This record gives sequence, C-alpha cells and structure tokens, in this order.
Amino acid sequence: MAVLEVKNLEKSFGGTIILKDVSFTMEEGDALAIIGSSGSGKTTLLRCLNFLETPDGGNISVKGETLFDASLPARDRERDLRTKRLHFGMVFQSFNLFPQYTALENVTLAEKLLAEKKPDFKQNKREILEGIEEHGRELLRQMGLEERMGHYPHQLSGGQQQRVAIARALALKPDILCFDEPTSALDPELTGEVLRVIRGLAEQKTTMIIVTHEMAFARDVADRIIFMDGGVIVEQGEARQVIDNPQMERTRQFLSRYTQG
Amino acid sequence: MFWQVTLSLLSGLMTTFEIFLLTLVFALPLGLLLAFGSMSRFRPLRFLIQILVWIIRGTPLMLQLIVIFYGPGLWLDNNIWSGDESGRITAAVVAFTINYACYFSVIFRGGIEGVPAGQREAGQVLGMTKREIFFKVTLLQMIKRVVPPMSNEIITLVKDTSLARIIAAYELTYAGYSFMKSAGLTWPLFYTGVFYLLFVGILTLLFNFVEKKLDYFR
Repeated sequence: MAVLEVKNLEKSFGGTIILKDVSFTMEEGDALAIIGSSGSGKTTLLRCLNFLETPDGGNISVKGETLFDASLPARDRERDLRTKRLHFGMVFQSFNLFPQYTALENVTLAEKLLAEKKPDFKQNKREILEGIEEHGRELLRQMGLEERMGHYPHQLSGGQQQRVAIARALALKPDILCFDEPTSALDPELTGEVLRVIRGLAEQKTTMIIVTHEMAFARDVADRIIFMDGGVIVEQGEARQVIDNPQMERTRQFLSRYTQG
Repeated sequence: MFWQVTLSLLSGLMTTFEIFLLTLVFALPLGLLLAFGSMSRFRPLRFLIQILVWIIRGTPLMLQLIVIFYGPGLWLDNNIWSGDESGRITAAVVAFTINYACYFSVIFRGGIEGVPAGQREAGQVLGMTKREIFFKVTLLQMIKRVVPPMSNEIITLVKDTSLARIIAAYELTYAGYSFMKSAGLTWPLFYTGVFYLLFVGILTLLFNFVEKKLDYFR
C-alpha cells in the first residue's frame, strides 16, 4: 500500500493557478525529489501537504487514511488538524529555528508539549521528560551535533542550524519528512554537510520528499523524481531515468540549463 | 527652607509617580488590545482604531487633558470628575492612558508583525496549538523587539506627567512652580529637574537590565 496518495490537488491564489490536477503516490521508505524552476508550484505542493495552505480541490491520504478531502465542508476538514499534521515533518528553506531556545530545546519543545497533554504525564513526569531529552540528544548526535546541543541558533552556522531543524522535524517521528529547498539558503561550503545528513536518512530508508535545485544530489539520492512546470507534473519516474533520459521536451530544456551551467 | 521645599517636592513626586504607574497599568493592556484590533480581519474595527490613533497622535496631549477634564462639564452639563485632588488625578490618568495606549499599540503591532511568519509555521507543523505558539514561540521574540521603543515612550511619559499641571493636579512640576507664587522662589522649579533626572535614571538602569536579560538570543 502506498504511504502517501495525492489525488487531483488544485490550488490557486487570487485567480492565479499554482497547482493543477497534481496526482502522485509514494511507497514507504522511498525518497522522492521534486524538481522544477521557481514558481512551478513545488513549494506550494509541500505546504499543502503540511496544511500550511489549504488546497482548493483534491485529496490527500497517508497509509490509507484520508487526511484532506476538498469536497468535505470546512468544519470537517479542520477537525483534528493538529494530529493530521503530525504525519508530516517539515524542514524549511530558512530553518525557522526558535531563536530563544538552545539546539536541544528546539528539538524537544514540541514533543514535551505533546507529552503534557497525555493523561499519565503528571505521575511519570520525570521519566517522560528525561526520555524526551535523551531522544533529542540522540537525534542531535545522529546529526553530528553532540558538541552543539546547548548552543543557541545564532551561535551556529547555517549548516548546523539546518541540521538542528532536521533533528527537530524527526523528533515527532513523522511518516513522511518534507524538505523545502533545504540548502538554498546555504553557501556551497555548508551545502555538503546538510546533503550528507539527508543522504544518510535516505540510506536508513526514511520516507522523504525533497524539493531541491541540486540535480546531481536528486539523481543520486532519490528513488523517484517528479518534474513540475507551471503547476502541473510534467514528468515523473525513476530518478536516474528522469535525469539521464528525460522523455518530455520541457524536462530536457530544464535539465540542459543545469548540465551546461 | 531647602528641606521644606524638598519635602514638598517629594509629595509632588508621589503624585507624579501615581499618575505614571496607573497610566502604565492601564495603557499597556489597552495598547495590546488596540494592537490586536488594528490587525483584525474585521475592517470597520481596523478603520475605527486608525481614526482614534490619528486623532490622539495628531493633537497635543495638553489639549486632550483639557478636553477630558473640562469637556464633560462644559458640553454635557455633567462634571464627572470630583472637584478635589483625586478627581484631577483620575482625569489625568484617563487622558494619559488613552494617549499612551495609542502610541503603545503602534509599537506592539510592529513587534507582533516583526516576528517572521516562519516562526508560527514552524510551530504549526510541529503540531502546536495557537496558544502554545503565542506563549512558547512568538511572545518572547515580540517582547525583545518591543523593549527599546517602549523604553523610549515610558521615559517620555515620566516627563509628560508634568502636563497635568494644566488641570491643576498637584504633581512635581506644579509643586515646584507653586513656590514662585507663595514664597517668590524660582529655584524650586528648577530643582524639580533633579527629581525627574533621578526617576528617569532608575528607569534607564531597569531597561538596560531587561535588554541585557534578553540578549542571549537574536
């Protein structure tokens, strides 16, 4: 069964169509890269999956459970919105770490807030909080940040901040981890360390959607690639196939700019 | 004579302090309310607040004091302020509160809008409630942004309390001035400056402390 199924997704902003009839599926453990020029709708697609935008049409289901159906009235769609969101993790282009919290606090904040709502929290408060802290430290170690746990975001490099953001997104164990151009705000020297971490996650079979402009990286790391243009999916397929041997003229045009440059 | 003047000015300072403190207590929450209103999706409310802020910022505070204190008796045939000292102080606090709430609201709005939308979105995708996002994520960042302009306004308020003299509230400046009439002394009026300086000096130290406290993040 597909872990993610997106059907006929539509979205427009004030009369401008951003997404048009977008449909695709994803298998558990797959890494999917979405490529395309700026304004092609890739970021809007990710934002729809994370409920930061409300699609105008279509539906989204994860592991067979329908999370969004545009044909339902708004009140039904917004029910349990917060729990539905937790199926997805999101890593932003501009990191969006909370500046007033340390790296470790950034990673553990949401998990602690969720734990506080559970009925057994008061009795086992100390063990629960210690478990969350340990989980957070483990994630930061995994990101190669054991020396930086007590640092505040402004004391970290861009690459380190983005790795904290990845740990923060992983902390709630989402079914699908989304990356919105995770290296676009980084200079080339720092890009490598973030891509290495994402590559490591792919090797551990983390289910991921990566919106990226790094074509070589998409080809090597992703299992499948979607190429978008003007709000529609122009071409999708096995990653190497799409990059090395694109079928559509528009895909060839887009990719040629990367191979030349 | 010096001690007699000092004691008299200290009692004026107490009134100054009373007006100052009460104005802050009422104007801070009212300013926050106006800030939220000015960002509301309901257009008439936004428009109404814009008009209010325009009138209050566009006319002298001294004129507003006169309107608030004399207006009800003059135009409504109903003097709502009691004739004694407490009535004058209450009227002054009301006028200052309305005036400062308008200035505060603009500062608060800047502070709220200055927190990047990405902060709220990061909280949302982590499954946080609106309340949690406000209290755990945006509030402290907003406070940090607001402290420098607010300290400016609050220091201005200390000195603006001297305008209450115009409705004969016995605050520090009036206390100093009254020696000119009663004893023909001019120096007490200038002596009040020392009290204002000390008052503002303490506030400045306080604001520096708060700014330092919030210096650990950017």
